[in-house]
Amino acid sequence: MAKYSLLINGLTKEIDTPADMPLLWALRDELGMCGTKYGCGIAQCGACTVHIDGEAMRSCSIQVSSLTGKKITTIEGLGGQGLHPVQKAWMDGDVPQCGYCQGGQIMTAAALLAKNPHPTDDEIDAAMSGNICRCGTYVRIRKAIKSVAI
Amino acid sequence: MKNNSKRNVGSKKADRVTQQKNKLNQSTTEGSSVYALDRRSFIKNTGIAGLGGLFLGITYSCKDKAQTLAGNPTAVFSPNVYINIAGTGIVTLIAHRQEMGTGIRTSLPLVMADELEADWTKVKIVQAEGDVKYGDQNTDGSYSMRMFYPILRKAAATARYLLEAAAAKEWNVPMAECAAKNHEVNHTSGKSLTFAYLADKASMIPLPKEEDVKLKSDKDFRYIGKKTSIYDLEDLVTGKALFGMDIQIPNAKIAVIKRNPEPGAGIKSANLDKAKAIEGVSNVFVLKNNPFPMGHTKPLGGVVVVAKNTWAAIKGRDALEIVWEKSRNADYDSVAYGKELLAKVNVKGKVLRAEGDIKKALSSAAKVIKTDYQTSHVSHTPMETPCAVVHAKADGTIEAWAPVQDPQWARRAIAETLGIGEDKVKMNVTFLGGGFGRKSKPDFVAEAALISKEIGEPIKLLWTREDDIQNDYYHYNSAQHIEAALDADQNLTGWLHRSTFPPIGGTGDLKKTLPDHAEMCMGLIDNPIVVPHVSVEIRESAAKTRIGWLRSVANIHHAFAVGSTLDQIAHHRGVDPAQNLLDLLGKDRNVDFKSLYTEFWNYNEKIEEFPWETARLRKTIEVVKEKSGWGKSMPSGSGIGIAAHRSFLTYVACVVEVEVTADGKIKIPMVHYAVDCGRAVNPDRVKSQFEGGAAFAASFALKSEITFKNGHVEQTNFNNYHLARITDAPYLTEVHLIESTEKPTGVGEPPVPPFIPALCNAIFKATGKRVTKLPIDLNSI
Repeated sequence: MAKYSLLINGLTKEIDTPADMPLLWALRDELGMCGTKYGCGIAQCGACTVHIDGEAMRSCSIQVSSLTGKKITTIEGLGGQGLHPVQKAWMDGDVPQCGYCQGGQIMTAAALLAKNPHPTDDEIDAAMSGNICRCGTYVRIRKAIKSVAI
Repeated sequence: MKNNSKRNVGSKKADRVTQQKNKLNQSTTEGSSVYALDRRSFIKNTGIAGLGGLFLGITYSCKDKAQTLAGNPTAVFSPNVYINIAGTGIVTLIAHRQEMGTGIRTSLPLVMADELEADWTKVKIVQAEGDVKYGDQNTDGSYSMRMFYPILRKAAATARYLLEAAAAKEWNVPMAECAAKNHEVNHTSGKSLTFAYLADKASMIPLPKEEDVKLKSDKDFRYIGKKTSIYDLEDLVTGKALFGMDIQIPNAKIAVIKRNPEPGAGIKSANLDKAKAIEGVSNVFVLKNNPFPMGHTKPLGGVVVVAKNTWAAIKGRDALEIVWEKSRNADYDSVAYGKELLAKVNVKGKVLRAEGDIKKALSSAAKVIKTDYQTSHVSHTPMETPCAVVHAKADGTIEAWAPVQDPQWARRAIAETLGIGEDKVKMNVTFLGGGFGRKSKPDFVAEAALISKEIGEPIKLLWTREDDIQNDYYHYNSAQHIEAALDADQNLTGWLHRSTFPPIGGTGDLKKTLPDHAEMCMGLIDNPIVVPHVSVEIRESAAKTRIGWLRSVANIHHAFAVGSTLDQIAHHRGVDPAQNLLDLLGKDRNVDFKSLYTEFWNYNEKIEEFPWETARLRKTIEVVKEKSGWGKSMPSGSGIGIAAHRSFLTYVACVVEVEVTADGKIKIPMVHYAVDCGRAVNPDRVKSQFEGGAAFAASFALKSEITFKNGHVEQTNFNNYHLARITDAPYLTEVHLIESTEKPTGVGEPPVPPFIPALCNAIFKATGKRVTKLPIDLNSI
């Protein structure tokens, strides 16, 4: 066990965990932040996607000990006080069905758009193919990404 | 769909809520009744406090509906669904069905809001807990809208009547001069009163006679038939929505279970010490196993590790050293078993449908198209794995929270597993992160209850993805053999269809080796093509692992084989495949399947009420042809295919376009569906089910396969069990809804069956390769 300071959504949070605890479980179990979802635990489905210094990363596969000094953003903090343009596009396009994977989808899409505001289909596919949606909302995800003007 | 005959925990069900107590007065017709409730009764029944104004309950009989199969043929429940109009004007509606992505939590209240003339922005939806007082809560089988559309409209129309009557009394005018509109009641003179003002007054009005309650005419629909976004949309994109996995109660620990890789088998020896030594682990103990065939509720057993957080629990589990016992299915090899199934369907089976003389038709045919078809096990893999939070309290009561499709079954499973009364169990429902049939089986909730009871503390049970993929109730594997006889004039004269698949019932009873009528009336018996000589046959096969219903169930493999063979017939006839379907469908008629198979199953509905209308299937084929530009020329390496199928009382035609690369990779640029689901209440949510259904079917056809070797599942996680990703799923799916005023029918499951043969038929066009085995591997053909 060791104490770690994590900068999450602009706030410093203290946790006392083993060094190898994945960020996903630190968020969910230690900090009660459940917007970031468990889907596979091996970085294959994208449900747990967060931003680490602006990069979309799978929180199930990042140890808390590696995050000192990094800026972590979760779905709860993506929009600041309101809705992020990607969240708004998701609503305008009525994307979610069950919604479980959508936080991760939105985090991946937001990171893509921050770097590349007008991605091609191939670029969208490359960025989003790590995020599984079992409900199959892919057509609307692609459309929503294209509709976002950042 | 759920085959309720397997629901062995349901037999002792008793309705413990006395409806008499809640009745102030009652308006009754066959099927459903509306009750006025007093405030205290409403609050007692719903647990929602702080309301005033008008309260209504609705009770309905489930006779002849799905509940019949649950062993309750005459079940009549106390008020099941509730409406409250408070003095604030806020309308509170209870959602008694579970939300797993279909939008039903929105669409059913929307039906009530429309009929009530409520303003949707002033409607609050409260999720019901699992309790028989809410009537049928089994969100499965694509029947929520079908079952509740008429009941909820009547209830809401009664509430609207009371508001209008209250206004008439207030103004001292005839009621005919008063009409509710958008949260107000208007008088012909132009004056109006708000629902807020009228709520208390309406509660003093006696309930109307049945014949005095008039439903709105279709032209006055405010929401039905128009797009409404789901009620929970913002919560779902901001991470606020609470799924089962997200429930946090004070002091709850996390539990995981190490299960025998051979489902249900026991433990020879176990060393728990290393697990106990992991920091954060508090309890490690053996959970009793239930040997195969254990049915659909009983925990598999194993070793439980409880810890203060998930990571410690997982690490503790990894440290376990267990020597497992062997199961009766220790030799299960699904590839070898697939060959056995194929051999079976090449031998005559039990005849289910026989018309004419199939032997003669085949022996005298100019051409017989013979094909064997095979499908594999697949796993449901909802994105949220099974999980449950349970608190076994010191007073002997249980409170549970879980993402379950059938919370009453979950409640009964807890009660039965712990040997306590159902009245001791409170079963709360959360959002479901996908269901697809997996989360109707309540085994994981029963597991969680046992664990909490054992340690006397609240726990959250997590199934890791490995647990999910390795311990599912898998979709059937199957084999089919079809022979289609054509005469010298290219007429279809004979149809022999043999099917075998280990039935769902085999998971609870080794003797169950023949599918139920329901399973056989999903695309096998209910084939509407016109052909004089028919033999439809079934062969027995035993379940070798847990089998469970998955989105559209036995329709999947049957529609695959039938749709693919019909395409072969078109090819041999030299007829356009879409025209071939229309030709074989014959002249418009209602097919009397009862006369062809006396036990014909029509999704728990009478065939008189929901007939099998070939005209409706024909129309979907015609519409999908037109909308897809059927007949257009396709570039080299591309192809277009069609199939049509009725399931869950909904008629669907599907056109799929494919591009196949030289190395056998398959892309799906375009899908068109034409759908007749009766009235589409929330068309955007109907369309989204079909968009998603295409992706679900694409997983089934292209990506997913569970295999067993030496009794163990070979796949472990999404690195080796594959689902359609954005790169695999259809690039575009267009859904064309047939305008209809018919009764609403299912939309969750019907997208899946016709997609797969349409895809395979498109692949044939593109490559000349006929797919006969799923998942598709073009390099093996």
